[in-house]
Amino acid sequence: MLTASEVVEKYFLDARAMLLELAALLDRYDRACAQAPEVPPKDSRMELLYQALALLADRQTTPDRVERLLVMFSDPAD
Amino acid sequence: MRIIQPHYHGIARTTQDYQRMAYAGVVAVAEPAFWAGFDRKYPETFLDYFRQISEFEPTRAAQYGIRHYCWVAVNPKEAENPALSREVLRHMPEFFQKPTVLGVGETGLHKSTPNECEIFEAQIELAIKYDQLLLVHTPHLQDKLRGTKRILEILRRMPISPDRVWIDHVEEHTIRACKDAGYWVGFTLYPITKCSPSRAVDMIERYGWERTLVNSSADWGPSDPATLHECIFEFRRRGHSDQEAIEIFHNNPARFLGQNPKFDIRPIRIEELDPAPVG
Repeated sequence: MLTASEVVEKYFLDARAMLLELAALLDRYDRACAQAPEVPPKDSRMELLYQALALLADRQTTPDRVERLLVMFSDPAD
Repeated sequence: MRIIQPHYHGIARTTQDYQRMAYAGVVAVAEPAFWAGFDRKYPETFLDYFRQISEFEPTRAAQYGIRHYCWVAVNPKEAENPALSREVLRHMPEFFQKPTVLGVGETGLHKSTPNECEIFEAQIELAIKYDQLLLVHTPHLQDKLRGTKRILEILRRMPISPDRVWIDHVEEHTIRACKDAGYWVGFTLYPITKCSPSRAVDMIERYGWERTLVNSSADWGPSDPATLHECIFEFRRRGHSDQEAIEIFHNNPARFLGQNPKFDIRPIRIEELDPAPVG
């Protein structure tokens, strides 16, 4: 396994690029909403993205973020 | 490095794939029967498809020195048509006799409907009756968690040895339950949308490589056989050894698939030789 500093060294630029893509998507969505003649209905998928971002922004958490995100994006169990 | 690609849909790919995989060290592929992108109407269409993957595809792969094996099944999407599925199931035992057919797959669930569950159970029964290995597809994206739970419930009450069952497309939220129950698990790597090479290595580091198979996506959608090689590169660049890489990407498929005697590629070990004496 890698050391903590090796993880940052190897993956920082990838993570930066992914965050920029996400920021661009949110900007694109907001611009489209602003141009729409009427206020678009709320899309639950966008709400999910913001919930996911809140989860990622919490630094006092356990290292199982991917698992919790996948559960968040899953249909509820029967 | 010798690699076995355990889940590969050759009929959806060009021959150049085989060439590139051969250059990259792939010595064998196994091709499960899957959904063709549209729902087929006739049982005979399935039977011709099974002939294609059990008779023709091995000849295409052989041009590049790659051994080609396959699985036969009605995939979960088309299992929504039970009458059609039952007719196909009636003919599947004929294909179990073919020299490269390894078992029943990929069966499993897509939307976890009652029809899908009925045909999934029927295919498990077929695997038990004919002593075949079983390859189980789990749903993608938001259906995966619920579908995997349902699959585990169904498998639990069937008299099949977990050692002979491979539950595929697991991710971080489904891997633990499958491994804890004793099944083999598979990661399927995609360029986008699903499991990535780096996440697969994270799961290997967290849950161990025992009873774990890694396959690239290789179908008619956005997919890329080279994601398997990316995963090997990612595994090696984190400092894991060549032998560990061989355990995961060659020996584990050899161990699981080798439970069917038709698959005769054995696990291998790297040995360092003493330097040749000088003079």
